Amino acid sequence: MDLRFGDSKPTDEERAAVDALLGPPESAWEGADDRTDTDLRWARGGREARERRDLLLPGLHALNDRVGWISEGGLDYLCRRLTVPPAEGYGVATFYAMFAVKPRPATVVHVCTDLACAARGSAQVCAELERDVGPAGSAGSGAVWQPSPCLGLCERAPAALAIRAGEAPRAAVVAPATAEAVADAASAPHEAAAEPPAVAAVHQAGADGLVLLRRVGVVDPGSLDDYRAHGGYAALRRAFALGPAGVIREVTESGLVGRGGAAFPTGRKWSATAQQPDQPHYLVCNADESEPGTFKDRVLMEGDPYALVEAMTVAGYATGAHRGYLYLRGEYPRALRRLRTAIDRARARGFLGEDVMGQGFAFDIEIRRGAGAYICGEETAIFNSIEGRRGEPRSKPPFPVEKGLFGKPTAVNNVETLVNVLPILIEGAQAYARTGTGTSTGTKLFCVSGTVARPGVYELPFGATLRELLELAGPPETLRAVLLGGAAGGFVRPDELDVPLTFEGTRAAGTTLGSGVVLVLDEGVELPRILLRIAEFFRDESCGQCVPCRVGTVRQEEALHRLKDRTGAAAAGDIALLREVGQAMRDASICGLGQTAWNAVESAIDRLGAFK
Amino acid sequence: MTAIPLRPPRRLVDLTLDGEPVRAPEGSTLLDACRAAGKDIPTLCQGDTLTPKNACRVCVVEVEGARTLAPACSRRVEQGMEVRTDTERARHSRKVVLELLASSTDLATTPRAAEWIEKYGAEPDRFGADAARVAEEPKVDNDLYVRDYDKCILCYKCVDACGEQWQNTFAIAVAGRGFDARISTEHDAPLTDSACVYCGNCIEVCPTGALSFKTEFDMRAAGTWDEAAQTETTTVCAYCGVGCNLTLHVQDNEIVKVTSPHDNPVTHGNLCIKGRFGYQHVQNHAQNRD
Repeated sequence: MDLRFGDSKPTDEERAAVDALLGPPESAWEGADDRTDTDLRWARGGREARERRDLLLPGLHALNDRVGWISEGGLDYLCRRLTVPPAEGYGVATFYAMFAVKPRPATVVHVCTDLACAARGSAQVCAELERDVGPAGSAGSGAVWQPSPCLGLCERAPAALAIRAGEAPRAAVVAPATAEAVADAASAPHEAAAEPPAVAAVHQAGADGLVLLRRVGVVDPGSLDDYRAHGGYAALRRAFALGPAGVIREVTESGLVGRGGAAFPTGRKWSATAQQPDQPHYLVCNADESEPGTFKDRVLMEGDPYALVEAMTVAGYATGAHRGYLYLRGEYPRALRRLRTAIDRARARGFLGEDVMGQGFAFDIEIRRGAGAYICGEETAIFNSIEGRRGEPRSKPPFPVEKGLFGKPTAVNNVETLVNVLPILIEGAQAYARTGTGTSTGTKLFCVSGTVARPGVYELPFGATLRELLELAGPPETLRAVLLGGAAGGFVRPDELDVPLTFEGTRAAGTTLGSGVVLVLDEGVELPRILLRIAEFFRDESCGQCVPCRVGTVRQEEALHRLKDRTGAAAAGDIALLREVGQAMRDASICGLGQTAWNAVESAIDRLGAFK
Repeated sequence: MTAIPLRPPRRLVDLTLDGEPVRAPEGSTLLDACRAAGKDIPTLCQGDTLTPKNACRVCVVEVEGARTLAPACSRRVEQGMEVRTDTERARHSRKVVLELLASSTDLATTPRAAEWIEKYGAEPDRFGADAARVAEEPKVDNDLYVRDYDKCILCYKCVDACGEQWQNTFAIAVAGRGFDARISTEHDAPLTDSACVYCGNCIEVCPTGALSFKTEFDMRAAGTWDEAAQTETTTVCAYCGVGCNLTLHVQDNEIVKVTSPHDNPVTHGNLCIKGRFGYQHVQNHAQNRD
């Protein structure tokens, strides 16, 4: 590898930001200013530095957090420190929506314009901001605002997130947002009103029958002792008593399947990972909850962070992993804070580290922040992102259990899936499996948003109907449709509300549970506009690797633009075009993003009679 | 002469291709098996000496039991696999992929593109005149080669060839995301400010002519490029002692570009700046001198 670095130098601030992460450079080869005599004789850095490439994404965050954008000098310095080719560093920096490689003000305000926020007036917030502050993307008075995909604050829609770079970067969440409140948060993010506690999103708090949410609002999310006083770490103790094979047996017998959308049996995944002879094994917790309308993992992580830490430890023990990566989406500042605290305190008290609970098992968790890319929630794209590469999905086979993170056997699990492991171990597989239906066991979290009286996270046993769920949340008087499963899911008509909320029940009804999105739309909603927003989302979030998705999502959006005001015969041509492109995206795309990009639009056409 | 590198013997795997039983060596791809059986599968991003990126998806085939289609270029054969290469589903995806590509990029210099577009009945124009295009101007920033990204299908072959698979220079990578993704140097700088060493190995692997010799680019612009009138002569490079093979493409007694045979066991198609571009002295005829 023969790398060439340009002449651009980092500013003192940029250098300090990178050095705070990586430590000072040891030689001129790694970017130190002064060349020493030994530097002339020995080349250092090289392979050793290159093996730290996974620090590229944290490094980009360090620069972006400090200055607000990533300059040539800053990026070159970071690349030199890690022996990353600058062209690749640039390719990675330009992949993520939260980074900029052109100068911009220190404060950036992301205003969510996605489904739930659109249904609750984000367009008006944007229009007012345009009037008062200036058009999106243009720098005015030290701040810039831009429309953003789902911020995961759907229960408080419309939402905005202000981020100010600096030595102590600040993030302020404004939800529900008004243009005035957004402007205030942009000018003084440190003075923004505190967010309501996570439990505000849980209307069932205190009710009987809660399993995953039972501690949210009850336990102090900052206190390890309080967590233990509420049953914390009983599951891990039981895991140690059972041994790794015993844990996997319990999880398998419980019938737990992944809650991230794919519904793969967790026990099978764990057992396949545990059996791999290749070492080391890794655990990745997928907390990159970016499906529009999904916020359940955020509520869990903010309300009961130690539960995730404990569940990851159990998963690591079962799969033979000694390191777990918690990949958290970049738009969740409070979840990041809470989890950092929880991990630090757990480590200080021996619940993480070299000798977990004195049982001779070493396990630790590292948090990795995403930087605005929906695709990084895909189970293989997440590996590339952690490794410091562009978050593009890999082709399968080989599957992650065989070759995952750093090319080693890896179990990837969603937050909700992992947290389910705690009740399984405490109650036992049989007791757990008594809840729900034969093939969908346990309880499920649903993210209800849109035009309902009480948007929030609901926990119901599998098998409850959509109608029962909507009753809890207060349905609108005139229901137009429910989008189940998010942008990659499908629509349900008002006459289909008795569909049982199980994996098999929704499949039979031609839709999917996905990650648990329940977006409720009343008669006032303009369906073509919602479909256009979905198409826009997929076009924005396509990584661009394969042709069906890269160009197909663009053609889909173009056709929906043309269809906006058309119906009947005038729409037939473009609908036929959509079907053809959609079929090719579904059949030939590399990953789930392209394969599902046409689902919601298709179901709106076929089941809701959109454009009829 | 084709060199045959020595390898340990490989087991044979039984599978069926379009209903016909065939045997293929373990580890080979579906594309290898198809080609051995005489089937013509279209491919764009596949390269004979690079790990396929399977990004273009024109080579998709149907594998029995799989939910989606599989890229023939990179899916390995498995015992008992049932593969169909010419089903309606596979043909449909190939057609749409060709339409998507041809409607967004310029495939005029992509070998066989026109043939496949006709074969699969692709109609790139049906997305309308307003369909978004890559719409890039050719980047002419040096005297050796031109980057015309309007013709780029983002197959990643040049990136792999510049990076760890061939040249280890890492001057280019993919930047941006989605439809805005482009092959780019660091900070989108001109090639002359980048790490590029002008080996031209990226041109060697480019399947669409997005990367081309300046000579070819200029002759095409002038309308004098005539591939049918060119002869190809493979010889040995005289610049150093490695002994790389050069294939000289000659038109009207002038060398118009230089390639290198990929089956050469030493170089696999790689050359350096001198072998690839340093041919002016050959045609430094008396009449060309001042």
